[in-house]
Amino acid sequence: MNIPAFQPSMYLALVPVISLIVVALLVLLFDALWDEEKRRNLGWLTFGGILLTMVLTAFLSAPASPSLVWGGMLRHDWLSFTFAQIFLFGAAITALLSMDIPALGRRGEAYILMLVSTIGMILMASAADIVMLFLAIETTSIPLYILAGFFGKDDKSTEAGFKYLLFGAMTSSVMLYGLSLLYGFARTTSLEGVAAALGNFSPGLALGTLVLLLVGFGFKVSLFPLHFWAPDVYEGAPTPIAGFLSTASKAAGFAVLMRVFLTVYPSLEGYWPMLIAIAAAFSMTVGNLLAINQKNIKRMLAYSSIAHAGYALVGFVAVSELGVNSVVFYLGAYLLTNLAAFGAVAVFWRVTGTDAIADYAGLSRRKPWLALAMLAAFLSLAGMPPFGGFIAKVLVFAAAVQAGYIWLVVVGVLNSIVGLYYYLKVLNEVYHHRNEETEGLPLPITAPQGIALVVLSLGIILIGFLFTPFFNLGTVAAAALF
Amino acid sequence: MQFPILSVIVFTPLVAGMLLLFIPADRKQEARVAALAAGLFTFAMSVWVYFSYDAAAAGYQFVEKYSWLPALGISYHVGVDGISAPLVMLTGLVMFTGVLISWGIDDRPREFFAFLFILATGVFGVFVSLDLFMLFFFYEIAVFPMYLLISIWGWKQTREYAAMKLTLYLFVGSVIALVGALAMYWTAYQNTGILTFDMLQLEKAGFSATFQQIWFPFVFLGFAVLGGIWPFHNWSPDGHVAAPTAVSMFHAGVLMKLGAFAALRVGIMLLPEGAKLHMNWIILLALVNVVYGAFIASIQRDFKYVIGFSSVSHMGLVMMGFATLTHDGMVGAGVQMFSHGAMTALFFAVVGMVYDQAHTRDIPRLGGVSKVMLWPTIAFIVGGLVSMGMPGFSGFVAEFPIFMGVWQSHPWIALVAVISIVVTASYIIRIIRSVFFGDLPAEFDGHLHDVRVLDKIALGVLTVVLLVLGAYPPVMVPMVETGVQHVLHLLGGA
Repeated sequence: MNIPAFQPSMYLALVPVISLIVVALLVLLFDALWDEEKRRNLGWLTFGGILLTMVLTAFLSAPASPSLVWGGMLRHDWLSFTFAQIFLFGAAITALLSMDIPALGRRGEAYILMLVSTIGMILMASAADIVMLFLAIETTSIPLYILAGFFGKDDKSTEAGFKYLLFGAMTSSVMLYGLSLLYGFARTTSLEGVAAALGNFSPGLALGTLVLLLVGFGFKVSLFPLHFWAPDVYEGAPTPIAGFLSTASKAAGFAVLMRVFLTVYPSLEGYWPMLIAIAAAFSMTVGNLLAINQKNIKRMLAYSSIAHAGYALVGFVAVSELGVNSVVFYLGAYLLTNLAAFGAVAVFWRVTGTDAIADYAGLSRRKPWLALAMLAAFLSLAGMPPFGGFIAKVLVFAAAVQAGYIWLVVVGVLNSIVGLYYYLKVLNEVYHHRNEETEGLPLPITAPQGIALVVLSLGIILIGFLFTPFFNLGTVAAAALF
Repeated sequence: MQFPILSVIVFTPLVAGMLLLFIPADRKQEARVAALAAGLFTFAMSVWVYFSYDAAAAGYQFVEKYSWLPALGISYHVGVDGISAPLVMLTGLVMFTGVLISWGIDDRPREFFAFLFILATGVFGVFVSLDLFMLFFFYEIAVFPMYLLISIWGWKQTREYAAMKLTLYLFVGSVIALVGALAMYWTAYQNTGILTFDMLQLEKAGFSATFQQIWFPFVFLGFAVLGGIWPFHNWSPDGHVAAPTAVSMFHAGVLMKLGAFAALRVGIMLLPEGAKLHMNWIILLALVNVVYGAFIASIQRDFKYVIGFSSVSHMGLVMMGFATLTHDGMVGAGVQMFSHGAMTALFFAVVGMVYDQAHTRDIPRLGGVSKVMLWPTIAFIVGGLVSMGMPGFSGFVAEFPIFMGVWQSHPWIALVAVISIVVTASYIIRIIRSVFFGDLPAEFDGHLHDVRVLDKIALGVLTVVLLVLGAYPPVMVPMVETGVQHVLHLLGGA
């Protein structure tokens, strides 16, 4: 594809980015103007700003046909559009969930960091150039390092931020090495140019760069064997941030993974699908097995999110339009589901100050609606209809069966059984066990938390019943890569 | 456009269940009344479907078809044939009587009925599905409410263990079948070039004999787990015993039929060549069910375990009837699904009534119950006669053709299987004698009293259904035959 000269219409591709920058500046302004008590409202500002961004993006930034813009730095296509909407939605919900956590929601920096990170994700999903790709990944990651360690007075949170930074920096540098090799041998930074030059690489070198890149991407999506940071970071990070990390940030990792592998490495399609399949199988198995015995719900969700990275990749190994579509669908459904799960955990933590699974005993008597939201989220994670997780799993499995990966589907299916077991154990606490001491105590849900949970729960059910529009959006998104 | 009655039947319980959750928690009576209204309405609709089914015209009736995900050939496609129409009515019957029996539940009744109704939607959905994706969709919906129903409202001693065991067993079975279903889907696409989950089209997809023979055991046994086939029956007696009464009724009465029905519709009807090869050993598994289940039932001391294992034994007869692949065997199996459903629901209802008052199910400690509970005694005796396959009762209408079918295909298996009739008779008579007759033990004096009017209505309805079917088989048999004709046609007129 030729790189077109600059035209003013290229600004349309940047609508979400520009809009988010404006929102961030507004947050910065009002942060200075408002005093401590009013700063909670920065969350509403962020939420409203992101919703407006979503609408503007939908109307102005819908791509006609795939095109390279801004000197070939970005590729404006339906894949980037779809992922941008997914990230924006995730960020909006995260802003709502953060508002009533005092050490997080009353500080303007938190919202600005979220917005900047979201900008990075949007650029990640559309990057068509090595330089842009790396910058986007760092723009996403650096704010998240800070957010993970945002509770400066809490040792666990500091540990989370620091650990995330160290592992992130390490894997980034490995990936950067791979990118520099690609540039050095191909003498171009454009992904399509690298793909064209890849024929001149020796197979060992080409495969080597692929593995180096996979280290960086695998870290972002918490893929085995680069998953080990997830439990500690999720446990220590503020809960809404952990939810953001496990959904939007993970989805951004998938967006680059799919774009780079399908754009740069189609000539190696004999090798990497098997590599990904093995990593997926291990991610699912390791994640699920380690999740079983967790006592802390955030650690359990961390291991479960490792497993879910594996499920999503099951669709990708098919290397087909249906496969990419199923991954996009899976990530969308997973975003709704996991944000709901973390949202419920955040609500519960705000009042009780505990994340231990055993402390959820009797929740359904104490707060039936919160229990119901958890029911929807956890059953969707387990892949039960009528929730979104079911159709998402069926789609990725269907794509893999089509491509002949029956063994991988069998591994995935066996893993869903393990998953069902530990998700049900949590629901058993919530619904069955009683806790006489806490039964009568109030468990208030604030307005933004309530809105977030209602939207997410309805979304989970909606996407599980009426999946056709989402599937069709995934279809056009997938078509952008083939 | 005709009235979408099947959709109404499928979604009424779901909508009612959701609405129930909006009733304030302390207004328990309102929740019960609302549940009863929904149950009665659904039951009435299902009866209407049953009696409006035109057996002369046969085939799928009340069909509704809307596209759901056209890109992958997923449609919302429902309809009933001669085999599923009785099962829809059975589900309505058990749902209605289950609500009546559960009147006394005092711990969060609205959640109880909501989960029970979600379960009912799943069950109705499977029975009317003509689309493979949709079948799985509803099948899984039927699985998870069971977990909560048993673990929250079940018998304290075993409920957590039994609920988890049951859920995992059923989930394992269904996901294994799902892999087989996806394989069928893509192979059909290769053969015909049409992407479709529509079972009526998959029937004509021309799967090769080898393909069918490879996948049949996975699909059939995956579903048959829910039908309680040996050696995967283990979850069922534990689950029955741990479940609260209405859930046991649902579970043994309807849910196990779900397994057998799905095994027939997806296994036998879509993979007939596989069925022809593998049924020769699957019938042995069913034989073990029938005979072993009956023997185990006969040595139980716990009243509810007796019924639990008797279900294993009777469901074995259903599987055996299907496994014969003969006209007689399958007609018998079809009728047996209905007859056993109503009968076992009746049994569990009676067990629940006795246990609620006596607080024990230990058979040697019970006795003389008939002196205070006349209705449950009569109902149990009728159920017992059905269970024994006594002529004039519905059990005979069902079991006699099954044995005829088995005799035609595997005579020596029929010879072994008839042992179960004797054993069944022995344990049923033992229970009737030692639980219902004899002297009322002193410890129960004054503790036992007669059952509620609502309970009597429930027992009365179930008993009448069993008696009518026994006295006048043409009310159901010709209808089931039309369904079986289609299956035989798929099997190549075998």
